[in-house]
Amino acid sequence: MAAEKIVRVAGTALPVRGNDIDTDRIIPARFLRSVSFEGLEQHLFEDDRAQAGDAHPLSNPSYAGATLLFVNANFGCGSSREHAPQAIRRRGIRAVVGESFSEIFFGNAVALGMPCPTVAAADASRLMDLAERVPSTEFVLDLREMTVAGGGLTVAVTLPNAAREGFLDGSWDATGQLLEDFDEVRAVASRLPYISGWRGPGVRA
Amino acid sequence: MARTLLDKVWEAHTVRKLPNGQTQLFIGLHLIHEVTSPQAFDMLRARGSRVAFPDRTIATVDHIVPTKDQRRPFLDVMAEDMMSALERNCREAGIRLFDLSSGAQGIVHVVGPELGLTQPGMTIACGDSHTSTHGAFGAVAFGIGTSQVRDVLASQCLAMDPLKLRRISVDGRLPQGVYAKDVILEIIRRLGVNGGVGYAYEYGGAVVDAMTMDERMTICNMSIEGGARVGYVNPDQTTIEYLRGRRFAPQGDEFEAAARWWLSLATDEGAAFDDEVRIDGSAIRPTVTWGINPGQSVYVDERLPRPADVEPSQRASITEALDFMGLPPGAPIQGTPINVAFVGSCTNARLSDLREAARIVRGRRVAPGVRALVVPGSQAVRAAAEREGLDHVFSEAGFEWRSAGCSMCLAMNQDRLEGREICASSSNRNFKGRQGSPVGRTLLMSPAMVAAAAIAGEVVDVRRLDDGR
Repeated sequence: MAAEKIVRVAGTALPVRGNDIDTDRIIPARFLRSVSFEGLEQHLFEDDRAQAGDAHPLSNPSYAGATLLFVNANFGCGSSREHAPQAIRRRGIRAVVGESFSEIFFGNAVALGMPCPTVAAADASRLMDLAERVPSTEFVLDLREMTVAGGGLTVAVTLPNAAREGFLDGSWDATGQLLEDFDEVRAVASRLPYISGWRGPGVRA
Repeated sequence: MARTLLDKVWEAHTVRKLPNGQTQLFIGLHLIHEVTSPQAFDMLRARGSRVAFPDRTIATVDHIVPTKDQRRPFLDVMAEDMMSALERNCREAGIRLFDLSSGAQGIVHVVGPELGLTQPGMTIACGDSHTSTHGAFGAVAFGIGTSQVRDVLASQCLAMDPLKLRRISVDGRLPQGVYAKDVILEIIRRLGVNGGVGYAYEYGGAVVDAMTMDERMTICNMSIEGGARVGYVNPDQTTIEYLRGRRFAPQGDEFEAAARWWLSLATDEGAAFDDEVRIDGSAIRPTVTWGINPGQSVYVDERLPRPADVEPSQRASITEALDFMGLPPGAPIQGTPINVAFVGSCTNARLSDLREAARIVRGRRVAPGVRALVVPGSQAVRAAAEREGLDHVFSEAGFEWRSAGCSMCLAMNQDRLEGREICASSSNRNFKGRQGSPVGRTLLMSPAMVAAAAIAGEVVDVRRLDDGR
């Protein structure tokens, strides 16, 4: 199944500072008590927002229409819950730019068509400063140029090539590709001794 | 050429290189539960796809199950909905479900190994980050999100980036009172909560070689807390003896053939790693977390950090953690009062964990005002513990003896902290709000240390309570 090509994400940016923001903070487990992802966006950062009072950027109406999220290091660590990137995306965010991401979060975001490119720590800081000083600043993430630019600032982003190509050519949704060569999938299965039986060719005596 | 277990297992499961450079990897065992699978089944239906290999997926229910009253329908309507959805999805797809009536239900990472479903050389995926647990058997096992659960259901495959490999050798011999939990907390403290991003961890050395499978599972379980999606131990005689006679393990002559294959998968002598770390196991002491991520820990006889004493890049994180925890900078961790003691979770709720906790508890009483509970990792663990009388040991001391599930590790059922309660917990995450109260607080430690804290009403050094009984 061909997916939408994702080349540029443009719009204002929501800056959420802090290292090691885990997926329990992004979406607390009590909101996972559902058989669907619907409505998760209402609970995005819910406990952090409550504890910060009006100080949490998500509570600030200036960021209401943001399509980019700026974060620091090891964002999305902890639980594998896809509910975290789902909640972010359902809130209108289309790309997350940060110093680094947990691997599972990054992969989940790719599967939703939400790029998570990384920037140098100093650049993350500059981007956040800018979005905080002038929340209406329009940014553009360009995956062809590999930059994020806004308010006169342009910084380089990095993204593993596989993910980048997936977004650029619309092949980021893996399911279709994984089903393309199903005979080969069956062949690999039949060579595995724990599937084909322990007398099969896969077992070295 | 000398190869690692990761190389061998990866190669055996490679279907092809995808155009974008990723590997299409066949998944030998797919485990599902009620929280991260219902949306995947919906996505599958929306695409008109079917489950490709229904006999390579196994289901159980763990996150939302009540641990007190398990009669159906559950009083908790949402939990009942999730349970029903799992039952319906499994029935329609022909997937085997170990439900509450099976006698084999439990936390997915406890159930897989004890049934012998988890075997060396497999690739194992599950919509849960603690899937790394299964690496204790020499499997390549990792957590995935729901879209990837959909991919595995549809194709039994995942698109994967290659992993680098870091060998972590724990040498020497663990002192008395120091457990597998302390070893993995030490590793995370040293390498950082994101030190393992992009890596698989291979654990070895004299300490790991001498460990039981239960202990190896505790280590591998928390790999993800160090950022490593995969952690494993090479299969050896301990692995083989654990699997012998298990329900889904090969039987008779087939077992011997399997055992030979399993042993052949171990990393070859002289294989190269991308990084190597050595840790002296003899120097590790009982460890307690004080902060809001599993890397923020101290030995029980140490003091909390002072923001002023640490390098500037660490200052904000440490200040935030101390503020949230309400703990004074520089104070000893010992003597920190607790409100709740929780022995449970996929990290530390196996029979050996309950035995260690019971050994400390026997003949003593939970401190007044402390709520203490034991939640076995599976129905099988619970039954085995009851055959040994451990339920009485806990009950007589004032612990609640519950039914199997994830329970207060992440509080998706009724078991949760209230308000600012502080919990001595054998689980794996001390994130803000993790145990159900947005402002609740978690101190991670070994089950024996949790037992000791329950008795004392505060964090204590288990080595002082353990008279070797």
